[in-house]
Formats: sequence, structure tokens, C-alpha cells
Amino acid sequence: MRKTLSLALPLAALVLLAAAPLVASAYQLGLLLGMATYVTLASAWALFSGHTRYISLATVAFYGTGAYTVAVLNESLPYPVVLAVAGVIGAGLALVVGLSTLRLAGIYFVIFSFGLSELIRELITWYEVNVTGTLGRYIFLDITARGIYWQMLALGAFTIGLTAWIHRRRLGLALRVIGDDETVAAHSGIHLARVKLIVFVLASTIITLAGAIASPRWVYVEPSIVFNPTVSFLTVIMALLGGANRLWGPALGAVPLFLVFEWLSSDFPDTYPIILGLLFIAVVFVLPNGVLAGIERLRQRRKA
Amino acid sequence: MSFLSIEGATKRFGGLTAVDNVSFTLEQGEIVGLLGPNGSGKTTLINLLSGALPLSAGRIALQGVTLSGRRADTVARAGVARTFQLVRILPSLTLMENVMIPAVFGAKAHWGTAAVAVANDALARVGLAGRETGLAGDLTYIDQKRLELARALAAEPSLLLLDEWLAGLNPTELKQGIALIRSLTDSGLTILMVEHIMEAVRTLCPRALVMNSGALIADGPTAEVLADPHVVAAYLGQVDADA
Amino acid sequence: MLLTTLILGAVLGGTYALLALGLTLQYGIARIMNLAYGELTLIAAFVLVWAFQGLGLSPIISILLLAPAGYLVGWALYTVMMGPLVRRAGGSGRLEVDSILATFGLLFLIQGVLLLTAGPNFTSISYLDRGVSVFGVSVAANKLVAFGICVVAGGALVVALARTRWGLTLRAVALSPVSAPLVGIDVNRTMRQGFALGTALAAVAGGTLAMYQTFSATGGVVFTMKALVIVIMGGVGNVGGALAAGLALGLVETFVATAIDPGLTLAATFAIFLIVLLWRPQGLFRRR
Repeated sequence: MRKTLSLALPLAALVLLAAAPLVASAYQLGLLLGMATYVTLASAWALFSGHTRYISLATVAFYGTGAYTVAVLNESLPYPVVLAVAGVIGAGLALVVGLSTLRLAGIYFVIFSFGLSELIRELITWYEVNVTGTLGRYIFLDITARGIYWQMLALGAFTIGLTAWIHRRRLGLALRVIGDDETVAAHSGIHLARVKLIVFVLASTIITLAGAIASPRWVYVEPSIVFNPTVSFLTVIMALLGGANRLWGPALGAVPLFLVFEWLSSDFPDTYPIILGLLFIAVVFVLPNGVLAGIERLRQRRKA
Repeated sequence: MSFLSIEGATKRFGGLTAVDNVSFTLEQGEIVGLLGPNGSGKTTLINLLSGALPLSAGRIALQGVTLSGRRADTVARAGVARTFQLVRILPSLTLMENVMIPAVFGAKAHWGTAAVAVANDALARVGLAGRETGLAGDLTYIDQKRLELARALAAEPSLLLLDEWLAGLNPTELKQGIALIRSLTDSGLTILMVEHIMEAVRTLCPRALVMNSGALIADGPTAEVLADPHVVAAYLGQVDADA
Repeated sequence: MLLTTLILGAVLGGTYALLALGLTLQYGIARIMNLAYGELTLIAAFVLVWAFQGLGLSPIISILLLAPAGYLVGWALYTVMMGPLVRRAGGSGRLEVDSILATFGLLFLIQGVLLLTAGPNFTSISYLDRGVSVFGVSVAANKLVAFGICVVAGGALVVALARTRWGLTLRAVALSPVSAPLVGIDVNRTMRQGFALGTALAAVAGGTLAMYQTFSATGGVVFTMKALVIVIMGGVGNVGGALAAGLALGLVETFVATAIDPGLTLAATFAIFLIVLLWRPQGLFRRR
């Protein structure tokens, strides 16, 4: 009963969400798309960072890479091929980053991810200025806002489904062991670097695809637009707020926070980063394991 | 060919040689005590055997297969399981999950009901049957030690390394613990145990190795080794061998 | 040409070395990975500019004031923010994650305040910008003064760490926070001192930077990144290593900027970082 319900409820919600654009206004559709994007990003981020506690600060490095790939290729290749190329580039980038940092202590990974988006932005800017001679590109794709929303919704559903599936496989168990104690994990026969690498590449590919799917909304793309560090920041705080090691935690954090941030950035554009920073610090201090874990603790206390 | 052979195992940390040219062999089914004063290199040797640390020089082979130079996870899959001096359990996982891990990721790669069966069996052997759904973080110290042993057993190892597994137990628990380890050897498991409790070593181990300042200074029947003047000197300081 | 690169690289490297020294103290002694480090540097840089433009205060006096002010800010930050996290973690690996997340929030907080007060544009001052001939190479006087400050501040710290009882205490905690209390060291207090001292160095480095470089409110990440790479290159907690690696990075960056393209300096930093990670992750200068 419980099992069928845990499958039926999300499916029903998915159908409802997929039908929503038929009645939604353009503004509401924009909000829905934003929510779907951040649910996808936060869930994909948590897939890797939630259990391993390797804090990735590089979300926008992959997201921006996806968007920029579409900007470069949208006129020369058919759309599905462009998406595939973006996915491959994201996976390749993740492989390079992962191979060079994930066999070392977590701090090296954090540092690398911290500067990665800056690096990619600098490299692309240099390349565009010196080699192609143009900074800034246009995306002219025959895709409606609805089409983008449906794609993002599908990617988000896939991400959450993949997370659920992985959690019931060997890989998911390995991730949880690594999160608790890497030494025990290694001595139990878990190949640490391989497990981390597989999941990091999966998560990064999803994030890259999210960037590629979202990119037509921009129309005009340049490195400083698509590599906006706020995206990395928001993704981390959303996943943390909801609970990064729960299946629905990131989604639960992403939806309300996205709406709050939308409101803040339109009504308080100047103080927006300050409020964000304060909120972030508050989450770390007050709800270090996320809202879901906090609610559970309250319940247990009431029982006891 | 010996079951386990260690040839000239050496580990240097900067200028300090923690394990200095140690060589010995173990036969299958043996239970051997590894003794020595604090800081003599016993735990470092266990870390070398389990692949936690790379050797600076020397070779370790299990049933003819070279273990030295391999990562901890491949050493584990080759049949080496261990416990830790400071007990290491996975607090956010259930007892069942804790114990299932090496069954799932070990040489036999069990999954589903097979993994659960192996884990249940291991939990039963250490006396934790029926508690598999509890969280490991909620256990008492002795039960954590039991859990750690169960986890090592669930790897279905051929060589078990115990690092002061009996330390910190009260007299009743100690008796249970000794009986538990004895029951393991009946199944043909080879055990190398670092231990400070002489009563346990005398009861369990027919043979003992003694280390001092990184070097192996004695290897032989436990009673003889413990009477060896060099060993006595190592434990008590500069006691003259004739005194 | 080569000599120019060497001299300008050494000047830049001096600031980098100081920057990294502060971060290595914070991470090595206080065990706090401070991602807002570059933003703390920027605060000092902006303060120096405002003091110079608004009050006509000489940058050298500003830096003399910035050092103790930075120490106080660091002290307060540790007491209010890091201390509770250290206590909550209780020696577990959680502190690393918690401090990364908390300082990541702090980064955006400070950046927001700076953007609000200074705006997004690049800032600089013109102070002592006439050329001085060094081995036939014309170097702006402000760069030489900045370099001198870095040498004095960095040198004083190295000597203090190596020779004084206080330095010994700091090094003991860096080496083993678990066993330091056994010899009567108040670890908590020492960690706070380490963090505060690191912030003071960040302030001095920021001040010297403002004397000769343009900067903006959003540039903190790059400073943190460079300092982090230098710390890794030098070996975490290794003061001499941080100094040497800082100089080396300054040289490489200046070389890349003059010989290839100024837009690729961060790429050069990352390239070095990658090589170090793949070749010697324990740092270039760590004694084996």
C-alpha cells in the first residue's frame, strides 16, 4: 500500500505539473520553469554531494557549459544532437575534474569546484575574444516556453527517479557508507574513487543538460550571463534547506526558496545578496541537516 | 607456500621507521597474538596488512597473491578483514546495513536476500541477532565492538586482523569475547590479533609475535615468548636480561 | 623583458605570499576553510581607498591600522561564527563541511554589502605611481612600497613563528590539536588567535593590493582561489612553503600575462593547481 502510494503520488503530481502550462499565464509559466530548473539542479547536486559530503560549488560551471554549448551549436546542428553534445561535454568535464581531485581528500575537490566556473568563464571569454572575435551569441531556436518547461520537468523527474533507483542499488549503499566513514568503506571493499566519480559524472551531466535546456530562454548569451555564481549558491542552499540526503529534500527546498528569491530579486535587488548570505548562514546554524530531518527530530522528541 | 607471508615489511614516516624490516609467515587456521609496548608499530603493521597504508619496502602475500601495493578495497576483496583500534561503526546506518556492506562489496558481491542472510548470520554469531533494524549510533560500547566484529565476519574473510578488539571490556564481557574469538577459529579462519590483555593472549593464541621499536623481536610459542628476557626488557625498559 | 617579468612577478608574488600566509594560518591552525577570505581582503582594500580619497590618509598609515583592525574582525568572526561550529562538530569531520558552507554564505553577505556601498565598478587610487628604476627596469614606486610591506610583514611573522614561545604554541596546535592540551595549551584560544592573525594578514595583503591594482567588489573569489592554490602548493600549514609558492605563482602569472594573454591568469593558476594535484598533492615543499 505504502509502496504503491509512494509511486502513485509523485506520478499524479507529475501529470498535474505537465498539464499546468495549458492554464498558466506566461508569467506563471516562467515561475514554473524556474522551479522545475532549480528542483532539477538541487536534486542533481544532492545526488552527489548529499551523501558524500563533497560540497560542489561548481553547479554553474556545468550549467553554464550546457547553455554555452547550445549558444555555439544551435545554428549548425539539430536540437537533439546539440543536447547530446552538451551532455557529452559536461560528462567529459566532470571526468577530468573528478579524476584529478576525487581520489584526494574532499577539500581539494571543494577548492577545485570553487574556482571552476571562474576558470571556464575566463577561458571562453579569451577564446571568443581572441579566436572567434565575437563576445556574445544569439540562440534562435524554435522552442516555446512550454516546450522548455516540459523538457525541464522531464529532466527533473528523471533526476529524482534516478536518485531513488540508485539509493536502492549497490551504488547508493556505497555512497551512504562513504558519507559515514571513508576508511570503513575502503576496508569493506568499496572502490572509493570509482563510486564518487560515477555519481559525480552522472550529476554533472544532468546539470549540464539543465543548462542546455534552459538556454533558449536567454536568446542572447555571453559568458558573464550564463556563468552567474548565484546559481551555484542557490542550488547548494536549496538542497541543504530541504535536506540533501533525502530523496525529496532538494525539491522541497527548491520550490519555496525559488519563489522567495524571485520576490527578493525583484523587490529588493540591492540587498538581495545580503539577505541570501544571511539566510545561508542561518540554514547552516539552525537547520544543518535540513527541514525534513528537523521535523523528524521534533516528532521524535514529542513521542519521547 | 605459506598462507600469509610478510617479507621485509618496512614503513617509514619521514625520519621515523614505524615498522622495520618485519618478516614472518602465518599458516591457515592459526591464531597468533601480536604483542609489544605502545608505539612499537603493531597498529602500523595491521594498517600495512589491510592496505590502509602503503609499504615503504617489502612484500606481503596472501596465498601467493601479492597484497602489497594494492588499495585497501582490493585487499579487502582478496579476503582480509579488520577491526579498528578505536571502534569505527557507521552511526547513521542500521545494524543490518552496517554488517551487509562487506558482504555486498566483498569478494562474493552478495546482493538482496543473500546479503541479508550473510549479515544475519554474522550478527547472530556475535550475539546481536534480532536487533538489525536499530541504528548503529545508538549502541553501547560493547555492542559497537560486537557490531564491528560482525561486519568483519560478513566479509567472509580468510584472514581476520583484530586491533585490540578485547580492550575496554569488563571481566564478564571479556570472557564472552574470548569465547567468541575461539569459536571463529573452529571454522578455519586465520586470525592475527593485536592485544594487550595477556590473559586473552595466553588462552587464545598458541603462538605470539612481539614487536619493539618497529622491529620483530620474538616469534614462537606464547609461553616461551613471554618468558624471553628481550621481551621482558622491551616491556619494562632497561631491565638487565640476567636480573 | 625577462628581467621586467621577474621583478613585476616578484612584486605581485609578495602580495600573493602574504595572502596565502593568512589563509594557511586559518586553515592550518584554526582548521577553518574560509571561502570568504578574498572578501575580507577586499574590505581592507576598499577601506584603504576610502581613507585615501575621503580622508587623505596615507596608504602606509592605513595598512598599519588595518592590521590590528583585521585581527579584531577575525577575532570577532571566530567568536561569533566559527567557534559555535567548532564546538558543535566536536572534533569530527563535520567542521570542514560546516565551515565551508558558513563561509560560503559569508562570502555572499560581504559581497552584497560591498556592492551596495561601492557599486560594481573597478576602483583604484593613484599613489606614488611614478617609475623607479630597478636594475634598469622601471617599476612603479607604489609596487615597491607594497612589496616592502609584504616582505616586512611576512618576514616578521616567519621569525615570530619560528623563534617565539607564542609561535611554538601556534605550531603545536597546527601539528596536533589533540595532543596540544596535554602540554597545557589552550587550543580554543590558540585557534582563535590563528584565525584572527590570518584575517590580519588578509587585511594587510588587501591594503598592499589596493596600492597598485584595480579591483572590484566581485573579485574576492579569485583572491581566495589563488590563495588556496598557493596553500596547496606550499603544503597546508607550511609557512615557508606558502611564501615560496606565492612568489612562484606571482612569477608564473606575470609571465603568462606578458607573454601570452592577461586574460588567462586564472587559467595559469588552475593549470599549476592541476599539476600539483596530480604530481604532489601533499605540496611541493613538504619534507618527506
